[in-house]
Formats: sequence, structure tokens, C-alpha cells
Amino acid sequence: MPRSRLIALQILVAIIAIALWHLLSTYPVFGKILLPPFFFSNPLDVAQQIIAWFVSGVIWKHLWVTLIESILAFVLGSIGGVLIGFWFARQPRVAAVFDPYVKMINALPRVVLAPIFTLWLGLGIWSKVALGVTLVFFIVFFNVYQGVKEVSPTVLANARMLGMSERQLLRHVYWPSALSWMFSSLHTSVGFAVVGAVVGEYLGSAAGLGYLIQQAEGVFDVAGVFAGMFVLAAFVIVIDAVVSMVEKRLLVWRPLAIPDEV
Amino acid sequence: MAENAAKPAVGLSDVSIAFRLASGGTYTAVERATLRIADGEFVALVGPTGCGKSTLLNVTAGLVAPSAGRVDIFGSPIAAVNRQAGYLFQADALFPWKTALENVAIGPETSGMPSAEARARAQGWLTRMGLGAFGDRYPHMLSGGQRKRVGLAQVLIRNPKILLMDEPFGPLDAQTRQIMGNLLLDLWSGDRKAVLFVTHDLEEAIALSDRVVIMSAGPAARVIGDWRVPLARPRDISEIKLDHAFHELHRDIWHTLKAEVIKGYAQSEGT
Repeated sequence: MPRSRLIALQILVAIIAIALWHLLSTYPVFGKILLPPFFFSNPLDVAQQIIAWFVSGVIWKHLWVTLIESILAFVLGSIGGVLIGFWFARQPRVAAVFDPYVKMINALPRVVLAPIFTLWLGLGIWSKVALGVTLVFFIVFFNVYQGVKEVSPTVLANARMLGMSERQLLRHVYWPSALSWMFSSLHTSVGFAVVGAVVGEYLGSAAGLGYLIQQAEGVFDVAGVFAGMFVLAAFVIVIDAVVSMVEKRLLVWRPLAIPDEV
Repeated sequence: MAENAAKPAVGLSDVSIAFRLASGGTYTAVERATLRIADGEFVALVGPTGCGKSTLLNVTAGLVAPSAGRVDIFGSPIAAVNRQAGYLFQADALFPWKTALENVAIGPETSGMPSAEARARAQGWLTRMGLGAFGDRYPHMLSGGQRKRVGLAQVLIRNPKILLMDEPFGPLDAQTRQIMGNLLLDLWSGDRKAVLFVTHDLEEAIALSDRVVIMSAGPAARVIGDWRVPLARPRDISEIKLDHAFHELHRDIWHTLKAEVIKGYAQSEGT
């Protein structure tokens, strides 16, 4: 399918969905409105709300807060995941000792930690960052661990024969291998950083997109909830596009780094 | 050609290699193998699949420790990785995250040469390999033959005294193999290094080498034959196969090798 046609069809889906939403929430079908505005709002109200946010400029502050939280969660979680993943992979004994605890914490639904983080770190950004970190950490950790473990034995033997010391092996073999695995999970880990930030905000905060949605919900402002969701979706799409660009650059050496089909 | 110097480049004396099996017990891959390679001598090691010839090569490289016997490199016992040797692997061994140029330059770089100098020399080697314009390609963008040539440059740029090769041209198609074989002989004739070339292809072995050493089928494989190749150099791989002496030697060696190949085949089928 040519690209222009694909995009046209993709836009068509959005138009139909919004048109249906508008019609069903405005005009009665057989004397009954199928999507009561109280529960479903309608596209015009939602659009008005979004425009109002951008015109008055309040949205920027919230977007900024969520962005900062996501970035911090991603960076800190990644650093932790890389370091610990590397350490565990190079020290199988340490990995064996900690194995049940890693599994235990990873199996825990991270949302239950949110109240504790709020208690420890307050209502500011750090409790959200902490929540995001717990999500990002494990993705990066498992990938880096795998990356170090699955270095090709031939490449490793070759590096040894080329006269590399242990430190040079780390730098030229283990490190790039681990990073390539980490980068291949970039979309997931960045996505989880955003999830951590928004869920944290939703559960208790004074700013951010999650806060905006939660506030609107608190006063049954359904238009506000939908508006918040749409802004959040656009935010995530922009971040994902940035990640794709970064990925394309970093994984240039890999065959078929990113499949281009949708 | 190969005079029996006092200090052979490689001296394997009664080398045995055994592995511990997961199920308990041991598997003896090679038993009491003795092999000497003089400096500047090109030796091909031929044997049926699974006879432990690659294992013997890894012992010479210092990647695997023998369970018994001695390994001497230029008269001194081997310690850890064999620093005098360059190793061309059968499987892809290039660093996939480095470009062709970086792959070739990495050896000199890690041994302390300034990066600019290492890269200039690497570019020279790539040009010699006919890959001068491919320096910025990553391995996956190169063909199998091109990757082998980068691998050969990566090894030769360090100027090792001994060259170890483990069926290096195995994965290549027939034409590329001949081109690579001639390229190898051409490079080798420049500064004759000691070469231990492992292959299961007897024709390739005779065409390339000064001596052909035959191993028996495993387990407990041993060296069972040693033939001198009386063919003149320089050689052209595709032409030398038409030579009368080539055929005679081939028939001779094959007579010994055939029984082992059948044995080895029966064993690998049996398990």
C-alpha cells in the first residue's frame, strides 16, 4: 500500500470514530441518546477543553512536569538496570543469590508501591520518578543481563585472540552487546517511564497530566477526562517518534533494526 | 621449504583433550596427538567431522587447555592465550557493532597504537583485500566472502607469527572459496607465517598446504597420517587441481581418510 493512501486511511478511521461519537452523543436514535453526554461528553466539548488548555497555557506546566518525571524515571531506571544487569551477568553467584528476590519484586504490581513512595518522597515529582524507576529498571535489567550472557562465544574468542584484556573485553564486547539489547527495548522502557509518571500523578500529586485527569474526574468533568487522555496520547506518540529516531541512529549496525511496516 | 628447526613454531607433544560431560564421566576428544609445525610451514589438518581437529586448534590458540601433554610455541610452553597466533574462525567473528574499518583497527588499537595510525593501517589492509571502499560498512552489510576478507585483515594486521584457521572458507560458495584460497596463498607467500589450517576438504588441504596431516575419527582421535605436498609454489588453486601429482597424492591420502570418514559418519549417525 502506498504511504499516502495508508495515511489517508488512518485519518479516515479517526474521522469516522469521532463522527460516530459526535452523532451518538448528540442525536437520539429511536428516541434515545446512546452515548449520554454526562458519561461520554462529546467531541466538541473535549476539543474546546483542549483548546482552552493550550490558549490559557496551563497545559504546558503539566506536560513539562510529566515529561521531566518520565525522563528522570527512564534515565535513573536505565542506569540502575545497566549497572545491576552487568554486575549480575558477570557474577553468576551474586545473580543466583538475588534471583528469588528479583523475581519477587518484579512480580509485584508496581501500583501498590505508589502510596509508599508518596509517603516516603512526598507529593512532588520524586515519588512519581520512583514509581517509573521500578518499572523501567526491570526491563533494562533483564535486557542487559541477557545481552551480556548471550555474547556470541565466537566473537568473544576472537576478541581474546586479538589480545584484548578483561577491561577491553568489557568495553568492546560486553558493553556494546548489552547496550544493543537495552536499545532494542527502548520503546517499552520509555513507555513504562511515562506510565509510572502518569499513574503516580493520578494517585496523588499537584501537577502533571495524571493530575489533570484525576482532577477532572473528581468533579465528573468527563470532557476534562477525555481531553486529558487525548493530550496524553499525543504526548506518548511524540515521545515514541523521538525514540524511533534515536533507535534508528543507535542501531544502525543491526540488520533490520526497525521493521517499517505498521 | 620446512626444515626441522630446533624450535618449531608449534609443537604439540602427546596432547590429550578431554571434556567433562554433564551426565558425569568424561569424553576424550583427542588422544596423544603429536604435531610439529616449522616456522613458515603451511600445514593442513584434515579429518572427518567431529574428530576434534577444531579442538586441537583451540588448544594451539590457548583457548582450551589440554588435559595432558605439552604445547610449545617457538620452544616455550603456552601460557593462557597464544599471543603469537592469529585465529580466523569458521563462524562470523567480526564485531557486529563496529564498521569494517573499526573491526580491522581494533587489534592494534587495543594493543596501544594511536587510533589515527591504527585506522590508517587498517585502511591499507582493507585496500589490499580489495575492500578499500567498504570501510564504513557494518558486517551485516557485507557478503560472506567480504566478511571473511575483513576477518583475515583483522588477523593479519597484527602480524602474528602463527596463523590458525578453522575451516575459514567453509560457509562460502565454491567460487568464493577459490578466490579466498588464492588470496590467502598470495598474502602468505609475502612473509611466510606458520599456518595450521583445519578443514574437512581434502582438495582444499592439498592445494593450499606444504603438509597434510590426517586425524582419525573421534572419540579419542589421533594423528594417523602425515603427507608432504610436493607441489611447486606459487600455486593457483583452480589450476593445481588438474596437476597429475595432485591426483596421485589425493588418491593416496583419500585411501587412508576414507575409512575414518566412514567410521566418523557411522558414529555421528549412531548417536
